[in-house]
Formats: sequence, structure tokens, C-alpha cells
Amino acid sequence: MFEFVMPPAVIMIIGALLVAVSRPALRPLIALATPLITLYAIWQIPDGVQLTAMFLGYEVQVVESSPLRRLFATVFAIMAFGGVLFAFRQSKWWELTAAMIYAAGAIGVSFAGDLIVMFLFWELMALFSTVVVWCGGSESARRAGIRYAIIHLLGGIILKIGIEGLIVHTGSPEIRALALNNFDTWMIFIGVLINAAAPPISAWLADAYPESSPMGGVFLSAFTTKTAILSLILLFPGQPLLIWIGLWMIFYGIIFALLENDMRRILSYSIVNQVGFMVVAVGIGTELALNGAAAHAFTHIIYKALLFMSAGAVLYQTGRRKCSELGGLYRTMPLTMICGVIGALSISAFPLTSGFISKSMISSAAGGQELMLVWYLLVAASAGVFLHAGIKFPWFVFFQKDSGLRPPEPPWNMRIAMILFAAACIVLGVFPGLLYSLLPFDASYVPYTADHVVTQLQLLLFAGLAFFVLLPLMKRTDTVSLDFDWIYRRGLPGLLRGVEKSLISAQHLIGTSVRVVGRHLNAWITEKPYQLFSSRSPMGQTAIWMAVLLAFVIILAIV
Amino acid sequence: MISDNQAADKQASEKPASDNHAGDWLVRPATIRRLWWLFGIILAGTVAAQFFIPVHAYFALAEMFGFNAAYGFLTCVAMVVFAKVLGWVLKRPADYYEHGPDFSAESDDV
Repeated sequence: MFEFVMPPAVIMIIGALLVAVSRPALRPLIALATPLITLYAIWQIPDGVQLTAMFLGYEVQVVESSPLRRLFATVFAIMAFGGVLFAFRQSKWWELTAAMIYAAGAIGVSFAGDLIVMFLFWELMALFSTVVVWCGGSESARRAGIRYAIIHLLGGIILKIGIEGLIVHTGSPEIRALALNNFDTWMIFIGVLINAAAPPISAWLADAYPESSPMGGVFLSAFTTKTAILSLILLFPGQPLLIWIGLWMIFYGIIFALLENDMRRILSYSIVNQVGFMVVAVGIGTELALNGAAAHAFTHIIYKALLFMSAGAVLYQTGRRKCSELGGLYRTMPLTMICGVIGALSISAFPLTSGFISKSMISSAAGGQELMLVWYLLVAASAGVFLHAGIKFPWFVFFQKDSGLRPPEPPWNMRIAMILFAAACIVLGVFPGLLYSLLPFDASYVPYTADHVVTQLQLLLFAGLAFFVLLPLMKRTDTVSLDFDWIYRRGLPGLLRGVEKSLISAQHLIGTSVRVVGRHLNAWITEKPYQLFSSRSPMGQTAIWMAVLLAFVIILAIV
Repeated sequence: MISDNQAADKQASEKPASDNHAGDWLVRPATIRRLWWLFGIILAGTVAAQFFIPVHAYFALAEMFGFNAAYGFLTCVAMVVFAKVLGWVLKRPADYYEHGPDFSAESDDV
């Protein structure tokens, strides 16, 4: 259809801008059509480098396609459509526009043939995702947005230092597998990992996402971390360090989600947890593992968006975000509850849901490589996912105690978006071939074997038993948990104020001592000459001695 | 405790106390007892299924009878307990970050 290759990201950006300038009546049509047209365009691009341009004296590859890139771009476009459908009647136009440009950035990164193009779209995502956070509209959203922007712009600078170094030292900005053997590649590695919410900079995610609007959170859940996963697959496949980084993320996500009270912050921590699975898979680096990472990114985007939709619908209808204030909503929001439960079962990798067909590839890849410790930890983590997201989120929001809230179901567009994504979770779980045919490597993986289903059910259901047995330990408290962000929200400001305070007291001390010393010096200077030449005490002594002498003379005279 | 009271107030204000919604059958003690029985039977069923379905795992320990059941339960208990302990160290009141660092002593100096 297209004579020349139109970059899909550009289509999305044009659509987003049209949404901004069009009449309100046309906005929904444009906003809903744009992701679909983009999706069509994504599938028109054949493999290989399709479009180059001159930029700053470099010939940059604006569009390069491969099955892997197409897979990520596809799910980003599907996600953009679902997000717009969920949001278009409730969001302001600027939130929709920002979210669509944010999605365009993700699609642009997917097709970026070299690091320069990747970096440009990377920064586009950073900027417009910040706007989406700000669309939360509250003072805490404004503050969280600024912190979010600072982290991502710093990450961007680190990435840029690495890219420039690599170009200077190798002469090529081409995206290719890199080895972690010099400063440049380390910088790129760190820059990408910051967007993946890797430790220690994981806190930005759970800090910013829950402050967005009920609609904005759906968009935020999808793009930033998953483009980072794509970049890791392209740039650092099989880097063993990633296995340990990923395992840290997995357990960090579980533990912090268990401590959390805010329902969308629970889901945010579970993004870190799920991205951790993908990072481990990239670190393992076999064909099965990379397939697993890509498949898990695909299914994860859909079920996590579904979970955020479900939580967003609750937030939109009740205005409450804390588990301690929610509960019992299954009575009046059964559809939202069912969709939320489907999302929760998918993230827990229950058989017949999408998570089952993707997550199991990752643990199988670990088992196949004889990584025993990694395999045992991944299995434990699978149980932990059911614990922190699979039961905890639906239980505390829709069941547990009766909060007395009786909100109606959300508006129809939100309901349709949830139903579509819930259906997608089930369809992908029942027909894994749909997804497997899109994977970058030939997938001969068979998820549904009898023993796999049985062991997975045992694992998950007994994890569920642990949840209900330990329910008294899980009592929600109205608290936040300290994280790495304490360092820049409390530690550094505290340190600066401490330094300021000690400088002020030093100033006082110096001022006081100068005054005291000066007073003494002044006194000394004015009084010392008086002491030397005309002080009273020597004069008195002289007078006494004179008197004594006179008396002596008189005595002599008499005698 | 407070939230319970608030919830009770809200329920009183938003809904008459006599409101008996159809969904309430789920929270009746009898239903909950039945659900526990059902859950227990399903749990036993997943373990018993291993009599008929031999499990092939990557590592020997994981092929033991009921391994996944025990492992899933015990690791989850460990994670919950660990989170609980960590919570004593890391948890702060929800408005912890809203007030900024505490420099109350500073006002005396300046």
C-alpha cells in the first residue's frame, strides 16, 4: 500500500497531534484509528533495513525490521489501542496525545536500526511519559513526575555518553550484540537498565506510576520497561550478569509488593518482578530463553494493562487507592472483578492463561542450561507472584472485609477495553501457537504437558494456601516502604539541609568568636598601654615604697 | 481499627443497614467453610494427581512426590515472614514523604 516505508512511529505521532488539534467530536475516531493504522503499517514492513536518513553527518537507520522487533511493535500498538479505548472518554486530550506519543516512542525504539535513532525515540518516551505522570493532576503527581523525569533524563545522559563513546571508538552506531568490556558498553548497559527498573534504581517505577490518572497508569505500565527488554535482547543477549540482576528484581518486586498498601503500587512492584523474569531470560541467552523473554514481554503487557485497567476502574469509580480503604467491591463491580481476576491468574501463570505459555519458557530455559539455583529461585518466584499479585490484589480490592463502598461498574468504554484484554489473556493461553508463530526463533516449545500442568497447579494452589493461612500477617497498614528513593527524597535533602545547618552554626560560631576575641583584643589594646605607663597598681606600690622610704629617712633623721 | 470504623460509618450513611445484597452469600461463615473444604479437596487432588502422572523435572529433588506443593507453600511462608520482618525496618507512615525532612531542632538555632 505504501510506496515508501512510512515509519510506524511517525504515523502514531501524526495521529497523536491530530487528536490534539481536532474537534472534540472527531477525537475518539482519530485516537482509536491511529493505533490500528500503525499496527497495519507495522505488518507492512519487510525484514531488514528499510529506511535510512542523514542525521548529524551519520546515515541513520530509521526503520529496521525483524520478527523480534515486529513482535514488540505489534504489542505496543495493541496496547496503545487498548489504552486509548480505556481512556478516550475520560482522559483530557493532552493526556491522550501524550500517551500516544509515548507509545510512538516505544514503537520507534522497536524499529530503530541504530543507537542514534534509538536514543531519539528513547528520550521522546521519557518526555511524554513524564507528561502522562503529570496528568495525574495532584501535587504528589507533580512531584513524582519531576523525580521520574530527573531519573530518566539522567539515564538518557548515561546512555548517550555510552553511545557517543561507542561511535567514536568503533565508528558504527549500529545496534548489535555488545560485550561488557569497556566504559562505553557499560554506560549503554546502565542506561538501558535504568529504564528496565533494575537495581538499585528500581524505585522510580513504583514512585511515579501510582500517581498517574486511572487511565494514565494503563499506558505507563506497558512501554518503558518493555522497550528496555527489547534493547537488552538486541544489545546484551546472554550477558550472565543479567541473570542476577533479574533475580534481584524478581524478589524485590515480590517483597515490596507484599509490604504495600496502594493497589496500583502493588501492581507497579509486580511490573519490576515480571520484568525481572525477562531480564533473567535475556541473561540466559539461549534461543528458548530469548523466545521466552519476548513472549513474556508480549503477554505481560496485555495482562498487566488489564490489571491496571481493573485497578484504574476501581480508582475511577471510588477515588480510593489504598487496600486498607477498599474491599468487598465484587458485589457491585463483578465485571471489573472478573477481568481483574483473569489478569491476576495470567500474571500468576495459571494453565489456560497467557502467563503460563510464556513464563514457563523462561524456567525451562534455566533448567535446560543446568542452572540449578536459578531454576529453583524462578520456581519459588512463580509461587511468590501468585502470592503478591495473583491473590493479594484481587483479594484486598474486591473481597476481604466489606468497605461499605457500592460503586457501579465503570463506563462502557472501560468495560469493553477490559473485556477485550481479558479475552486476549485467555485466547493466548488456550492457543499458544498464535504467539509462538511470532517469536524470533523457531519455537518447538510445548507448554501443555500433563506433568507441567500438575506441578504448576500444585505450586500455585499451595502458594494460595500459604496466603490464606498467613492472612493475619498480611494485615494492611497505611504505610509506605522505604526504598532507594529515600536517598534522593530524604537522605540527600537531609544531608544538604544538615550541611546548610552546620554551615549556619559555623557562621554563628565564627561570628561569635570573632566578636569575643575582638572585644578582648580591643580591651587589651586600649588597656595595655595604660597598664604599662600609668596603671594604678604600680603607682600605689610606688607610693607605698615612697612612704616606707620617707618613714625610713624620718627615722634616720630622728635617730 | 480506624478504617473499620470509617467503613462502618460509610456503610451506615450510604446504605441502609437492612440492605441485603445478593452478593453477601459469599461472606457467610457457612459459605466460607464450604469454600475451605472445596479448596482442600482441590489441593489434595493436585497432589494425588501425581500418582497417575509421573513428573519429569530438570533436577532430582523436584521430581519428588509433592515437591511443588511443599516448595510452593514453604517458599511463600518464607517470603511473607521475610517481608514482615523487613517491614519493621522499612515501613513508615503513609504521609512520611509529605512533610519533608524533620529539622525541628533547626528553628532553635536560627
